[in-house]
Amino acid sequence: MCVSADPLQPGTFEELAMPLFGQLYNFAHWLAQNREEAEDLVQETYVKALRGFGSFQPGTNFRAWMYRILRNTFLTSRTGLKATMTVPLDESENGPGATVTSDQPTQEALLIDRDHQNLLQAAIAELPVQFREVLLLCEVEEMSYQEIADTVGVPIGTVMSRLSRARAALRANVQQKLGRC
Amino acid sequence: MACDQGRAQLDAYLDGELPGESMRALDAHLRTCPACAADALTRVQLKRAIKTAGARFTPSPEFYNQIQKKIAGKPRRAWNVGWVLATAGFAVVLVAGLLSTYLERQNLRQQQLYSELADLHVSTLASANPVDVVSTDRHTVKPWFQGKVPFTFNLPELQNTDFNLLGGRVTYLGQVPGAHLIYQIRKHQISVFLFPERLVGWRGTPHVSKERTFNVESWTQDGLRYVVFGDVAPEDIQKLSDLLKSSAKS
Repeated sequence: MCVSADPLQPGTFEELAMPLFGQLYNFAHWLAQNREEAEDLVQETYVKALRGFGSFQPGTNFRAWMYRILRNTFLTSRTGLKATMTVPLDESENGPGATVTSDQPTQEALLIDRDHQNLLQAAIAELPVQFREVLLLCEVEEMSYQEIADTVGVPIGTVMSRLSRARAALRANVQQKLGRC
Repeated sequence: MACDQGRAQLDAYLDGELPGESMRALDAHLRTCPACAADALTRVQLKRAIKTAGARFTPSPEFYNQIQKKIAGKPRRAWNVGWVLATAGFAVVLVAGLLSTYLERQNLRQQQLYSELADLHVSTLASANPVDVVSTDRHTVKPWFQGKVPFTFNLPELQNTDFNLLGGRVTYLGQVPGAHLIYQIRKHQISVFLFPERLVGWRGTPHVSKERTFNVESWTQDGLRYVVFGDVAPEDIQKLSDLLKSSAKS
């Protein structure tokens, strides 16, 4: 990479990437479920992104690009490989309506308030990583289905299917946990 | 629209991903189907809860500084005049795009708030017990909220007006507790919502507007966000709003 001496040049990697730091870290921690691994993951992501920044296509989605690097880094890590081996075998990804079970919200969902935040966080952490990541990208990062599809590298129909299954699984888990309270 | 079809589309609807025509059809269905409206409300509450619970982990300042030092001052690529011009053009497009995206997001957020309020309004009126404190007396309704919502408020005297107070209940919007009052004029019922002003993301207009076929007026006063919501004529919404504004000043 060539370095310009012009101090006024726009668009440094730092200017684009550092505002995403907090949210990338949050996502990394949810994936790795461990502070040290999350820090390693974020550090590696920034190093890889900086190295590959010359190939980043202006006009495309920088945020999705960063998340994609982070996610790929995670999936090739030891924790990531282990996590992807526990994917439900019956995962069918043919569309939003594919094998969605227990999709009816229950009154228990109404009980999810601040007092139950720990319970909900535990339920999110227990989701299979493929469900957890799309749910967090949708609800926390407020990504569109297209952005999630770009980040995860799957068709929009698969995003919708995984989201639907993630929500159903989360509701079932929360219901079970509330039953035990 | 059948309930099964509506419920299959609810998640995409609440995610703001349903195409315009389907969204309008589902809107219409939710206004007439209390069960689906209640279902939508439950899903919205779960979405809000996940958003809050999901923003869980924060990096340490030391780690932030460490990464920033590692990448600080690394330029994007070498520039020449052509690149600068091209980049300037790109920047204009990017800024316009970002601005447009930001405004779209704000608009979407506001539409979600209207949608949630519509759900609260419809599902409350559809309920067998729409209010938790049943009284036409403002001196009964107001004290009932003490200790239930983190603020106090005044309610207007309704003598010599067409309005009646039916009662109130505690409600939540984006996990913020608020007061939901039901007023009646002729055979129509109007919801009045009061939330702390910090209710984030509100971008509504300060005058009566039409949202999701309901008429809405909203304003802030004494640290509270007021939203008056109903299917009555705009003049009635305005009259009730004026009464509330006057009482808040007293």
